[in-house]
Amino acid sequence: MSTKTPSKLEEILTAGHLAVTSECGPPRGSDPEDITKKAEMIRNHVDAINITDNQTSVTRLCSLAACVHLKMMGIEPTLQMVVRDRNRIALQSDILGAASFDIHNILCLSGDHQQFGDCPKGQNVFDIDSMQLIQTVRLMRDEGKFLGGDEIKRPPQMFVGAAANPFADPFEIRVPRLAKKIAAGVEFIQTQCIYNLDKFELWMKLACDRGLHEKVYILAGVTPFKSAGMAKYMKNRVPGMDVPDEVVKRMSGVPKEKQAEEGINICVESIQRLKEVEGVRGFHIMAIEWEEKVPEIVERSGLYPRPDIS
Amino acid sequence: MIVAEKKPIEEIIDQVKDFQKLLIAGCNECVTVCEAGGKKEVGILASALRMYFMNEGKKVEIDEVTLERQCDHEYLEEIRDRIDKYDAVLSLACGVGVQFMAEKYFSTPVFPGVNTCFMGAAEERGVWSERCQACGQCILGETAGICPISRCAKRLLNGPCGGSTKGKCEISKDLDCAWQLILDRLKELDRLDDYEKIMPIKDWSTERAGGPRKVVREDVRL
Ligand code: SF4
Ligand code: SF4
Repeated sequence: MSTKTPSKLEEILTAGHLAVTSECGPPRGSDPEDITKKAEMIRNHVDAINITDNQTSVTRLCSLAACVHLKMMGIEPTLQMVVRDRNRIALQSDILGAASFDIHNILCLSGDHQQFGDCPKGQNVFDIDSMQLIQTVRLMRDEGKFLGGDEIKRPPQMFVGAAANPFADPFEIRVPRLAKKIAAGVEFIQTQCIYNLDKFELWMKLACDRGLHEKVYILAGVTPFKSAGMAKYMKNRVPGMDVPDEVVKRMSGVPKEKQAEEGINICVESIQRLKEVEGVRGFHIMAIEWEEKVPEIVERSGLYPRPDIS
Repeated sequence: MIVAEKKPIEEIIDQVKDFQKLLIAGCNECVTVCEAGGKKEVGILASALRMYFMNEGKKVEIDEVTLERQCDHEYLEEIRDRIDKYDAVLSLACGVGVQFMAEKYFSTPVFPGVNTCFMGAAEERGVWSERCQACGQCILGETAGICPISRCAKRLLNGPCGGSTKGKCEISKDLDCAWQLILDRLKELDRLDDYEKIMPIKDWSTERAGGPRKVVREDVRL
């Protein structure tokens, strides 16, 4: 397969390597060091770094600016873009802005509802949905056209990604939904954090049965637990998250000071098992405010060194 | 119907406290059905206000009327002969009725007595919920008769989002996920395959986004 964009992530995946991506949340302030420090910790262990877009609807430094900081450090960013806060004018405009800095990866998302964040009284936009954002980026890239039909001078060259949550309900449409995203033009997928491996494997199997794994690169999402409390919180409070009881039990079963280590162990074991799953083409390691652990996870999972592609 | 909710009495008092002659005007349509601004509510509010002003030692005259419809010239005209008797009107109609009243009786102050909430229906007695946001280009035919614009918290045309859990929306355990409802009904109609059709980007110019809307029907104009 040949690549369609200058994205390093695309090149690594196309070459058949297991890709490794991670993500950083921008700060609630304007100090660029909050991003550059995190990125510095993980730069040698990942192929690209996602920058979240006002995740959980909490106002933060914008994803695009943070991506530019990574770019200036020579790190490949993935621009996360939610459709909650911008209409089609702003979305297309930001895509062009990102393209002007040669940002080559984009992740198209709906975004959490604003009621979860710091501005629950604000408006939301949802002019288009994440499926339609995928279509929009592909239109801009492949046909060099705006949604309005006009031509784009120097169209964006972006490898187009989206999220998939195999654990949200109803399960029976989770694979059809993946198929739909593929039909919309998605090229890589980063999944929701996987703790229920059996269910993930079932989802992957159903996707493979339809041949979807040959049409899209699927990066399995993992997040290490820092504590038993975090495991319980994710299980009970985060919508669309599936944390089986035995995982919570395993975390609670070790003394407090050992829980962080156990969390990393679980994460590494999950990656080892997921590596064997047909259709898994890489990993997306979301170590929430725990970036310093990413190198250890990558190394212990046998994913280091990263392929040298430039 | 249009669903409205009574404003808190304190807010109403605050709006009308400086007037001496007040007309409370109910409406016999939607707000009667949703028990926010019909004849009954007019009566209850009038008594409450009379009591309040009496306790305050204020002499305020309060009259009551309930019109067949406040969004209709013909019925609004019924009070033309007495409107000048009043310093202000407290209308318990929806926002449309309040405005029609204000347009018609240009020199009389008019205040809203209800908060107009949405277009919806009574799910059961005492429970109303939204069904339509008047997007101006109805797509119910493609969504198994369930409206994702008014009933999905993100207005997703290609839902559900990743937050859908056990049939409920990510924003509340008390709210059905519209996309779960759509899927359930598509299945019932043996149309689940339609789920994979991508719904195109919507033209919102027929919705609020396009500015205040107007329907002009030459065939029925006089
Ligand atoms: S699709 Fe539009 S017109 Fe139809 S029910 Fe929904 S909001 Fe109303
Ligand atoms: S959970 Fe369902 S109703 Fe709520 S935002 Fe997501 S798709 Fe819409």
